[in-house]
Amino acid sequence: MSSQPKSLFEKVWERHIVEDESADRPAVLYIDLHLVHEVTSPQAFSELDARSLKVRRPDRTFATLDHSIPTLGPDAEGNRPYFTPQAKAQVETLERNTAAHGVKLFGWGSENRGVVHVIGPEMGLTQPGYTVVCGDSHTSTHGAFGCIAFGIGTSEVGHVLATQCLAQRKPKTMRITVNGELKPGVSGKDVALAIIQRLGFGGGTGYALEYTGPVIEALDMEGRMTVCNLSIEAGARCGMIAPDQKTVEWLRGRAYVPADYDAAAAEWLKLKSDDGAVFDDEIVIDGSVIEPMATWGTTPDQGGAISKGVPVASNENEVKALNYMGLHGGDSRSVAKVDVVFIGSCTNGRLADLRAAADILRGRKVADGVRMLVVPGSEQVRIDAVAEGLDKVFTDAGAEWRLPGCSMCIAMNGDFVAPGQLAVSTSNRNFEGRQGPGSRTVLASPATAAASAIAGHVVDPRDYLQSA
Amino acid sequence: MSNQEPINTFSSRIAVLPEANIDTDQIIPARFLTTTTKAGLGDVAFNDWRYNADGSKKPDFILNTIDASEHRVLVGGDNFGCGSSREHAPWALTDFGFKAVISTNIADIFKSNSLKNGLLPIVVTPEIHEKLLKNPQQRVTIDLEQNQLSLEDGTVFVFHIEAFARQCLLEGVDAMGWILNRLPSIESYEQKTGKAA
Ligand code: SF4
Repeated sequence: MSSQPKSLFEKVWERHIVEDESADRPAVLYIDLHLVHEVTSPQAFSELDARSLKVRRPDRTFATLDHSIPTLGPDAEGNRPYFTPQAKAQVETLERNTAAHGVKLFGWGSENRGVVHVIGPEMGLTQPGYTVVCGDSHTSTHGAFGCIAFGIGTSEVGHVLATQCLAQRKPKTMRITVNGELKPGVSGKDVALAIIQRLGFGGGTGYALEYTGPVIEALDMEGRMTVCNLSIEAGARCGMIAPDQKTVEWLRGRAYVPADYDAAAAEWLKLKSDDGAVFDDEIVIDGSVIEPMATWGTTPDQGGAISKGVPVASNENEVKALNYMGLHGGDSRSVAKVDVVFIGSCTNGRLADLRAAADILRGRKVADGVRMLVVPGSEQVRIDAVAEGLDKVFTDAGAEWRLPGCSMCIAMNGDFVAPGQLAVSTSNRNFEGRQGPGSRTVLASPATAAASAIAGHVVDPRDYLQSA
Repeated sequence: MSNQEPINTFSSRIAVLPEANIDTDQIIPARFLTTTTKAGLGDVAFNDWRYNADGSKKPDFILNTIDASEHRVLVGGDNFGCGSSREHAPWALTDFGFKAVISTNIADIFKSNSLKNGLLPIVVTPEIHEKLLKNPQQRVTIDLEQNQLSLEDGTVFVFHIEAFARQCLLEGVDAMGWILNRLPSIESYEQKTGKAA
């Protein structure tokens, strides 16, 4: 019998099966790379300590500080401005735990510290065909490299620390094909928001997604990471893209890639869905009609083309969302005044994102009354951006340039949007209060966020593109 | 330790939060995630819906009006638990006193986290959901042995819980212990695939 055509997901999944699943037992899935941060790990290390266990594979476990750390530098005495004593204690707990277990921590002082999903790929820790987990739902980001990458809770962080494995059921698969060619000025973020709008918030529950088609192939790796990053916002466990030559060139020369790079790359390039592979679900999207997008509601699927304005609510949920946002159906997006613009996060805090924003801001000023915060996704991004003079572009325009971290994406470090204020953010969640109690969030691309900072309201960035 | 007290059958009044898309940032806002333990998170469950900015309780919010020991079943609107992977969400709900969450759709990671903490995530049809929302004062019975949810009007709904997680809950099996017992096969996998340290 000839072997069944398989999807990319199935190929990677099968290579990591330690014990197969049955009706009454989940599969035991091997995890190649485990990324750890300060917020979701303390209780997992406590669990190991309570059982006198050690981290089984410190060589496959890497930690960083990103969620609760300040993005302002230390004072003259070297004291960092932690938002609360608990935030400081949490960082110290991770420093202690990683030291005790021999786990590498990219902590303060490391040139590789940064948001966990930015640094994994950046150092080549993330490699095609891997299984990657982290106690963070946006682990789906790493799927851009052809990995099965998904977020786990703290109990499972403990399981992986102790055994390098997880008990898992195989999810259903869905292929999302994005056809055509993007219009100029439309980015990966716009594609992702259009996909989520189509799937609905929760529409991906129970699925592993594979993104494919000419639009996905044409995206750079940063754009692909943005698309995979947002898989979870449709409720999907993970999203992946088959590795290609772009993937290979992007990873080449990075710190942790295999020594015999070309041999590894040749294997990576074989990772793709076979012709005739069967998916539990398929959707096809026409990429050529996607326009710059912005959300208007309180879930990431509540968005649309900026040019279409604020939609009129069609159900109770939408009424409630528009009320919370202080927006009125039928209005142009230029009506509501923007108070804060945030550029950063694991969704859009990479060098390519900062460049897109800087290209629009260069030689211009942030509108009066708008506070703009630019937070690079990692130390490497910060260093590269400074080398290109991007920090100057931002500060000259009137924006604040900060140290790397999650910052206003999750607002647990003291960087937050005040109650009632409207923020345009390049992050991933526009939930009520996500960026601080009472905050209102509009999700958009870096170009849109930068253009909106200049205009003082949400605006289509294509009016602000300047030729270099 | 993560060893759970076995769950079998219990009856309880329900607490209804009819809002759709209740995400983990609502269940426990991020600024409470700087804890290094699991203790006391029930106090901040639904913090921003439950308290005013000055810390006083909002008198009509459901969690402020019920006796937690009497209301062990939370019924959420459509699509519950989306968002972050924070296990603090089920920790907060169980610390408050809940033993089950019911909705028409429950997010994957929240579901998995709940099952590891003795919180039953029960997905029901829109019809059953409607009956729960329409009679928010009712008492329901959950029988995990039979996978049955019984409503006050006599309707019995058979729900699905992943078989292994269900066994863990019924028998108090320790999930960490179970996976630790797989170490021999994990080692042979590593040998076979060249992944040994
Ligand atoms: S940037 Fe935001 S979404 Fe990404 S890891 Fe940090 S908090 Fe999570």
